[in-house]
Amino acid sequence: MDTILKKAVTRRAVLAAGALGTAMLAMPSVLRAQDKSLKVGVYGGYFKNSFDKNIFPEFTKATGIAVESVAEPTGEAWLVQLEQAAKAGAAPADISMMSQVAMIKGQSTELWTPLDAAKLPNSKNLLDRFINKYPDGRIAGIGAVAWYITLVTNTDVFKEAPTSWQAFWDPANADKLGLLALVSNSFLLEVTAKTFFGGTNALDTEEGILKVFDKLAEVKPNVRLWYRDEAQFEQALKSGEIPMGQYYHDVTGLAASEGHPVRSTFPKEGGIQDSGCWALSRASKKVDEAHIFIDYMSQPAIQATLSRKVGTAPTVKRELLDLSDKEFAAVSSDIEPILPRYDLLTSKADFLNQKWTELIVG
Amino acid sequence: MKREAPQSIADYGPLFFPAGMLLVFFVVPFGTMIAVSFFQRQQGGFYTPAFVLSNYERFLTVFFGGVLGFSLMLAVTVAVCCVVLALPFTYLLSKLPRRLQVIWLVALLSVLSLSEVIIGFAWSTLFSRTAGITNILVQLGLMKQAVALSPSFGAVLTGMVYQALPYTVLVLYPALVRLDPTLMEAARTLGSSPVRAFFNVLVPALRNTIMATLIMVFIFALGSYLLPQILGRPQHWTLSVLITDQAIYQSNMPFAAAMAVFLVLVTLGLVALTLLIGRKGEKA
Repeated sequence: MDTILKKAVTRRAVLAAGALGTAMLAMPSVLRAQDKSLKVGVYGGYFKNSFDKNIFPEFTKATGIAVESVAEPTGEAWLVQLEQAAKAGAAPADISMMSQVAMIKGQSTELWTPLDAAKLPNSKNLLDRFINKYPDGRIAGIGAVAWYITLVTNTDVFKEAPTSWQAFWDPANADKLGLLALVSNSFLLEVTAKTFFGGTNALDTEEGILKVFDKLAEVKPNVRLWYRDEAQFEQALKSGEIPMGQYYHDVTGLAASEGHPVRSTFPKEGGIQDSGCWALSRASKKVDEAHIFIDYMSQPAIQATLSRKVGTAPTVKRELLDLSDKEFAAVSSDIEPILPRYDLLTSKADFLNQKWTELIVG
Repeated sequence: MKREAPQSIADYGPLFFPAGMLLVFFVVPFGTMIAVSFFQRQQGGFYTPAFVLSNYERFLTVFFGGVLGFSLMLAVTVAVCCVVLALPFTYLLSKLPRRLQVIWLVALLSVLSLSEVIIGFAWSTLFSRTAGITNILVQLGLMKQAVALSPSFGAVLTGMVYQALPYTVLVLYPALVRLDPTLMEAARTLGSSPVRAFFNVLVPALRNTIMATLIMVFIFALGSYLLPQILGRPQHWTLSVLITDQAIYQSNMPFAAAMAVFLVLVTLGLVALTLLIGRKGEKA
């Protein structure tokens, strides 16, 4: 009941804000037609602060386009708001950083303005997997930032770093693991498929998925905590209360550098790589500015800055970066990553969610 | 003075404000929820208005039945624990001098100012192996080595009772303060021990209050979704946790709404049943 109420209020607020925003934008544009600006949505909190401090001022200096950053909520709330606003012809942000699942959902309603590769010369710097395309090949979004979820351990409890995700299945680790609680953010099906079934293609059929679920069920006795709240696991990992699990590579590295007895390991099967895309709302009129922005963000130098200052993994090819080995290792790895099956997480969302819930709750 | 029945619409005036509030903040959202529970879920999208029963069908399985059963059992256990602890406590509190009563009540009220998150994290630390209370028992020589008490059913129960106890005391307190002291005095004069008088005189006299308190704590506990996550294992997750998962993480509003409607209906049914039994007991 609470959620519905909130949703209704938000939607209305967005429409009102959208209308107000358009009105406000319309007036100054008459007064100072020369000034160019762009509203950019980034995840609120740490991301937004880092971008406001390290990235956006430089962009404005280089291009003369003023950036107004908008804090967007994580999860799919922002997608819903963009969708509703676009229906009313408004864009609460021109460009937004969107999760891969949100990209696919937005594609189904043509929410993203197709981008022109000719206007994005720097996009050829990117690794292929960071170009998000519509089924017919039009570009829907361009990789903004990436991050890794890896195998983390407490160094006091585990003197030797584990080398494989198989450690999760080791009977010696009974009641020692902390894993993410949702099928859509833990990506453990992909991990199981890559570790025991040769790759995430094992998830192509429903039969294959059930087999992977059976294998994953063997992990259950080892799991102490299925967490939604990151702080809860991070605290338990640092204290050794829960000495092993999956967690964010950059945050773990940061904790280790602060002297906490933790380490992040890229298993031989690869870390899990998740990422966000820049996408342009179809309601936005700032198509040219948006292309300039995305092209600017795709430069190796900017990606290197992001790695150093924000802790994200670069979306451009390694050889183009001036990152030292140490700087690169702090955010990424040369081991081929496990890529989440976002296609399944949208097309089979309810099936996977039901099986997953039955697996961990039952 | 005889109170006259309202003559004109204006006489009903004072009722409009609360009625409006009730309409805006309860009837409309709840109606929206019921409507959404019949909408068609779009996988990989959001939802479209329709009238389908599939959301309820998905819920009517042994699996969700089990989760619902556990949630109800947990809420009943919390309610019973709270009343069993709070009734003697509040009775003794009402016998204290006024000043001490105020201090106790302020302390209890300050517990209410703690958020569920803080309560959850505090107890998970207290129940941990590395920093928890078992370390004290080890130092006292009562235990061989420190153990983790959380996540477990006991931990969830403790956290929830801790959270609901102040409410329980505050609901019982006015009734106990207003209770005619001569009742207990009469029982004592007739030779009853204090404990016997408490159970044979005080508890029956407060029957309705106790029932109302049980129902209030039961409903309060049924909505809890944070503590079971922080202090429990997945099998201790309540239906509210699964509703949150569907609504927030799966964007499956129709299914979340269907589960919530079901939970409300079952709760109302149980409360009605309790009141019905209570009334029958009164007549007998």
